[in-house]
Amino acid sequence: MSVIVYTESENGKFKKAALEVVSYAKAIADQMGTTVTAVAINADSTESLGNYGASKVLSIKNDALSKFNAKTYAASIESAAKSENAKVVVVSSSADSKYLAPLLAVGLDAGYVSNVVEAPSSVSPFTVKRSAFTNKAFANTEINTDVKIVGLSNNSFGLVESGGTASVEDFSPSLPGSGVNVESVDKATDKVSIADAETVVSGGRGLKGPENWGMIEELAEVLGAATACSKPVSDLGWRPHSEHVGQTGKPVASNLYIAIGISGAIQHLAGINSSKVKVVINTDPEAPFFKAADYGVVGDAFEVVPQLIEKLKAFKAQNA
Amino acid sequence: MKILVCISHVPDTTSKINFTDGDTKFDTNGVQFVINPNDEFGLTRAMWFKEKQGASVDVVNVGGAETEPTLRKALAIGADAAIRVNTEATDGYAVAKQLAKVVNDGGYDLVIAGRESIDYNGGMVPGMLAAMTDANFVANCISLEVDGTSAKAVREIDGGKETVSTSLPLVIGGQKGLVEESDLRIPNMRGIMMARKKPLTVVEPTDASAETKAVSFEKPAPKGAVKLVDSDNIDELVNLLHNEAKVI
Repeated sequence: MSVIVYTESENGKFKKAALEVVSYAKAIADQMGTTVTAVAINADSTESLGNYGASKVLSIKNDALSKFNAKTYAASIESAAKSENAKVVVVSSSADSKYLAPLLAVGLDAGYVSNVVEAPSSVSPFTVKRSAFTNKAFANTEINTDVKIVGLSNNSFGLVESGGTASVEDFSPSLPGSGVNVESVDKATDKVSIADAETVVSGGRGLKGPENWGMIEELAEVLGAATACSKPVSDLGWRPHSEHVGQTGKPVASNLYIAIGISGAIQHLAGINSSKVKVVINTDPEAPFFKAADYGVVGDAFEVVPQLIEKLKAFKAQNA
Repeated sequence: MKILVCISHVPDTTSKINFTDGDTKFDTNGVQFVINPNDEFGLTRAMWFKEKQGASVDVVNVGGAETEPTLRKALAIGADAAIRVNTEATDGYAVAKQLAKVVNDGGYDLVIAGRESIDYNGGMVPGMLAAMTDANFVANCISLEVDGTSAKAVREIDGGKETVSTSLPLVIGGQKGLVEESDLRIPNMRGIMMARKKPLTVVEPTDASAETKAVSFEKPAPKGAVKLVDSDNIDELVNLLHNEAKVI
């Protein structure tokens, strides 16, 4: 009867989103009067999930799962959900979790709701609030199947430490053929990804050329942030496509989004709207981004950004 | 190679989002509908398969008669034939179930869908469709090449990309990168004239009930005005982010 939660890890270490989904699953389990069982694949220190509300961890260690594969991972979670007789399965909104969730939904005959932004308003009928219309609205959505899958929007619930402990059990599901084989992965390992980042620093055409990205990267480094860019910048080839945020690029749901030299086209704003606090730095006070932002500086990025880096460094030194 | 491109009929990005009937229904009044942008990249990629590798390209939509202009537009861009499953698109599961029947009946080798529609943003139809039809599946697909029955695809992952090999039958959730925005095709007069003569088949739905239901909609609380900080007073910005917004 427990709530199952899939906890993503990378090189054995849990991602922040994994701790957030466990915290969220605990809130659902409390509402339903049950407990949380986490599924961890090739992760270390699995007992640490107890601190976020898991009572039990099903720990899967299998070399066949060393690379992410939607089908074999979905089958593993499906098998765990069945063995626990779970009624609710929680996943995150990472690229991998969103990839496997629809497969899991078909496997479990479960209704799946993605981009959920808060704890269920009711567990009977099971009703969750999700973002829709590219963050321009919310839909209160009922799931009417016996088993339910909830995809939590990243950074929407936060981490809740409960100080509990979890028992760990080895779990060995049987795996289907993978169907899709990874040939190579191209990923900057020393950088925070946009999906995982709490802060995103984003540059637009106002920066005039790729040679001026040094200050964007420096600002990102000071803030421990991911770097991103507007669509024109990726179309011009100044920055890689993987940094493009907006409606047809990556969605951003960070706590802090800093837009530098970005005018704020509607397609851009659609992709970043669910960020909590938005800061805009632009020379043009009429730029549409000022209507969407919480804080704004009308000024030349080439003067403002170096100052901001300096002030933030001083702030960090003082608060270290 | 038989290709099916799934076309969502969605409100244009600039549409005002409002709701009617006690906030239970999307208000289509004055809204212009377009081909879902993520599907449009896939449609153009399919045209390249047709032109370079001799594939046939059908398009499909699950929806009422009001979605036919969107299917005609896809035909004008170059698809060979269109199918409309005559039922309201209620949730991702029900849509995937209808599409699975179309895929099985038509014997398609490759199904190109968008990673998500820009209206409900469910992002689940391509994956569910793959699972229901026992096809391989690549999400967030930004590049696809097919040679015989083998396929090579690139998937966008958090912080980078991943190259995978797989085989037909295959379903992809496509997005920008499959082709670039500058590659997208605008229907010309000849295409529009030809589209009128191309087949648009209306098929009746199979039995599929929704698993989820949007019971009500709400809009985010209106945002307060932007707080402007003088460009000579960046200390104040740091102070606001720390003490007021509490994000640093």
